[in-house]
Amino acid sequence: MTDTTRGDVRLSGISKTYGSFTAVHPLDLTVPEGSFFALLGASGCGKTTTLRMIAGLEDPSSGTVHLGDQDVTALPPYKRPVNTVFQSYALFPHLSITENIAFGLRRRGIKSVKKQVDEMLELVQLGDHAHKRPHQLSGGQQQRVAVARALINHPKVLLLDEPLGALDLKLRRQMQLELKRIQTEVGITFVHVTHDQEEAMTMADQVAVMNAGRVEQLGSPADLYENPQTTFVANFLGTSNLITAEVADKGADTLVVKAGDAKLSLPTARTSADTRTGEKVLLGIRPEKIALTHADEAGTIAEGRNRITGRIAQSSFIGVSTQYVIDSPAGNGLEVYVQNVEADRRLAPGAEVVLHWNPEHSFGLDAAQDIDAGTEEEVAA
Amino acid sequence: MTTVTDAPPPLAPAQPPAKPPKRRGRFTPYWLLLPGLLWLVVFFALPMLYQASTSVQTGSLETGYKVTWHFQTYLDALGEYWPQFLRSVLYAGIATVLCLLLGYPLAYLIAFKAGRWRNLVLILVIAPFFTSFLIRTLAWKTILADGGWVVGTLDTLHLLDVTSWLGLTEGDRVLATPLAVVCGLTYNFLPFMILPLYTSLERIDGRLHEASGDLYARPFTTFRKVTFPLSLPGVVSGTLLTFIPASGDYVNAQLLGSTSEKMVGNVIQSQFLTVLDYPTAAALSFILMAAILIMVTLYIRRAGTEDLV
Amino acid sequence: MSAFIRWVRRNLVVIAGLLTLAFLILPNVVVMVFSFNKPKGKFNYAWQEFSTDAWSDPCGVADMCGSLSLSLQIALWSTLGATVLGTMIAFALARYRFKARGAVNSLIFLPMAMPEVVMAASLLTLFLNMGAQLGFWTILIAHIMFCLSFVVTAVKARVMSMDPRLEEAARDLYAGPVQTFVRVTLPIAAPGIAAGALLAFALSFDDFIITNFNAGSTVTFPMFVWGSAQRGTPVQINVIGTAMFAIAVICVLAGILVGNRRKKHA
Repeated sequence: MTDTTRGDVRLSGISKTYGSFTAVHPLDLTVPEGSFFALLGASGCGKTTTLRMIAGLEDPSSGTVHLGDQDVTALPPYKRPVNTVFQSYALFPHLSITENIAFGLRRRGIKSVKKQVDEMLELVQLGDHAHKRPHQLSGGQQQRVAVARALINHPKVLLLDEPLGALDLKLRRQMQLELKRIQTEVGITFVHVTHDQEEAMTMADQVAVMNAGRVEQLGSPADLYENPQTTFVANFLGTSNLITAEVADKGADTLVVKAGDAKLSLPTARTSADTRTGEKVLLGIRPEKIALTHADEAGTIAEGRNRITGRIAQSSFIGVSTQYVIDSPAGNGLEVYVQNVEADRRLAPGAEVVLHWNPEHSFGLDAAQDIDAGTEEEVAA
Repeated sequence: MTTVTDAPPPLAPAQPPAKPPKRRGRFTPYWLLLPGLLWLVVFFALPMLYQASTSVQTGSLETGYKVTWHFQTYLDALGEYWPQFLRSVLYAGIATVLCLLLGYPLAYLIAFKAGRWRNLVLILVIAPFFTSFLIRTLAWKTILADGGWVVGTLDTLHLLDVTSWLGLTEGDRVLATPLAVVCGLTYNFLPFMILPLYTSLERIDGRLHEASGDLYARPFTTFRKVTFPLSLPGVVSGTLLTFIPASGDYVNAQLLGSTSEKMVGNVIQSQFLTVLDYPTAAALSFILMAAILIMVTLYIRRAGTEDLV
Repeated sequence: MSAFIRWVRRNLVVIAGLLTLAFLILPNVVVMVFSFNKPKGKFNYAWQEFSTDAWSDPCGVADMCGSLSLSLQIALWSTLGATVLGTMIAFALARYRFKARGAVNSLIFLPMAMPEVVMAASLLTLFLNMGAQLGFWTILIAHIMFCLSFVVTAVKARVMSMDPRLEEAARDLYAGPVQTFVRVTLPIAAPGIAAGALLAFALSFDDFIITNFNAGSTVTFPMFVWGSAQRGTPVQINVIGTAMFAIAVICVLAGILVGNRRKKHA
């Protein structure tokens, strides 16, 4: 494990085009050995194609795939030390669970498979179902068979293509933890393709956010969430308020920007756009980072916080929190999530309020981008 | 299926790949196609050309035949055998309509009403196939025999008067009349109507009936506005599968009819196998083929269904 | 009385359906009953008296059992030929993109949309022109030809409905192209291939019109029945018809029973 390049998956300049359509633009990506790596994006963003190129099910139009030191680009899938958990599992309907799991071992000419299959059934907790056919199992059980069928081969990398997509919400949560447990137990590199940002953030150590055939940003879930570098990432992972502002003053560590009648500060370190005074910038702030105070008590707000005045347009009670939509001169439709600790009854639609937050939580983005990229409406369209 | 504990298995892949998987061998499909297609070209398409050529030949068995582009054969054949042509279309047409009227209730019964008897009824529809259809057609000679109970009943109910007024029967006989031939045709091709009807009815979601009833449609309106339109693909392929073979059939006319019920199939058969007038036989066969192809094409256009295969 | 009419009206579809079923079954019942007849004269069309003579001597008619075994032979060989050729075409159509797809599809469809007599007559002109000796081989060639399309249709439907990910999964799990085909593709396509083969067997075994044209002096079982309709119908024909019906029904029922049991115990 000391030699870090030994088992890494390295994609260099890999791309895929179908006729005039480019599914994946030339892409460089390294997945460290033993990590749980997620490729996250909306459908059609190229994440599955990327996965299939690692598996060998798709020939890249350019570039190479390395597993450790070995160049596997030209190897067919059945010669690669990589296994896949397919979307909707692709379990062989004519074989029993045991034979499904033993399939890979048998193809490599291993005769005594019983012990290994039993161990695998144990790992995925399906010991009682060994002789059933796939259609006799529930969705969650089928999913675990698919994982077992791949893992029994001790692949260098396990590829998972939307493995939880066919399950209902509750089961999906359960399987997320289950997969994470298995990964920790076996220590194999997992590359996981998903369109569910919550799933990617819960499970993965590293997430690559893909959009339109390109990797938008790569990092740990917390890093991506706290410090998004594009509007797509800011909107696709959770919710962001993006306020169009103009740079008024540029200090060493802080930018001062103007939005409506408000002057807000923004840490330079958290600004991915290269801006000069007088230019536009997008100031981002997550809804849960904002505090809400009734306008009558504006004086109680501590000095040094960013503040915006506005009026509550909508409020909806969620249980743990209340979500407000606020119109302000700085921008309409700003979202604020307030924990239901000490509810202020005056905070109802129509109330005049002040939004305020620690300037350190602001992030700055290039204003030339589509401000709605990665929002739900935009992804659905 | 008693072990299913939680969510049902996924019904279908969420996003199946749009294209068939790419294979490495570029010529593989052609190798796969070659032997079978060669067979069809040599023993199906090529014979059509031979037949076309035979139909414009003149000569005799003794002197041999030569292509002389003698299209007169077509006119002569049509001039002499138009009654048989007309009869073929008429008998096959009536048989097809009867098959639809008889077959629809049974297909409906199997699809919606049979419950746990469904498989048994389906078997009963298919099983007669296993007794040679010639033997079964001969059985109609017994069923429709003169003075038998079928003819007796029809006579008592004065239905024979009706059919004889329609020109379908003569006197107190059914055998050796058009009615017997149509009856034989209907019987023989009925399963070819029932099975496609059943297939398309079975695909209809039962909840559509409930929804229609919920939206104030009486049962018959539900049938007219929901069930029947949705079963149209089955109606189209069922009528084609009945009409096409029935129009070329000569077994029923031969076994159940007399000389005045001869259809075009009988003429082609006897010209080819008894009279040995090959040009006339080939011309008749060619006309039948052309007529069928034109009718089928027009019908499919009209019905708006192209996915029959 | 009005209650009865209401009951009839409510169950009209069921009643009509059952009447149709009776219409379909009636000839088989007649065939069976008349297999126990002892007719006067040569034709077995009118009931005389009960007898089991024909059942105790089913092959007692000259040439009948010979024609039956010839029909079985031809059916077996043409099933084999049509299934192999048809399955290959079905795979090519279902799995590959290639030029002239439309033309191939039409060539497959046309034999099914053509009256048998047309195919029979045109094939005969070919054989006559080539000077071929009519008999076993010409019958076999003809049967493979018209069974082919039905096999293609049955197998294609099955292969098309197969999830392509299954084959990808096999390749991912170390199965090379041959292994993938033998271990995954073929077993999953098997029900479609079996259905096509059964259909081909039934079509070939019972074919009369195409055989009538292309058999020369060779006599298959349907040809024998046809000839006997002119010369006199032996009771043994009904025995064979009844026996085939019974065997088919028993096989199907046994298949269903085995299937049900397997479902329960699995």
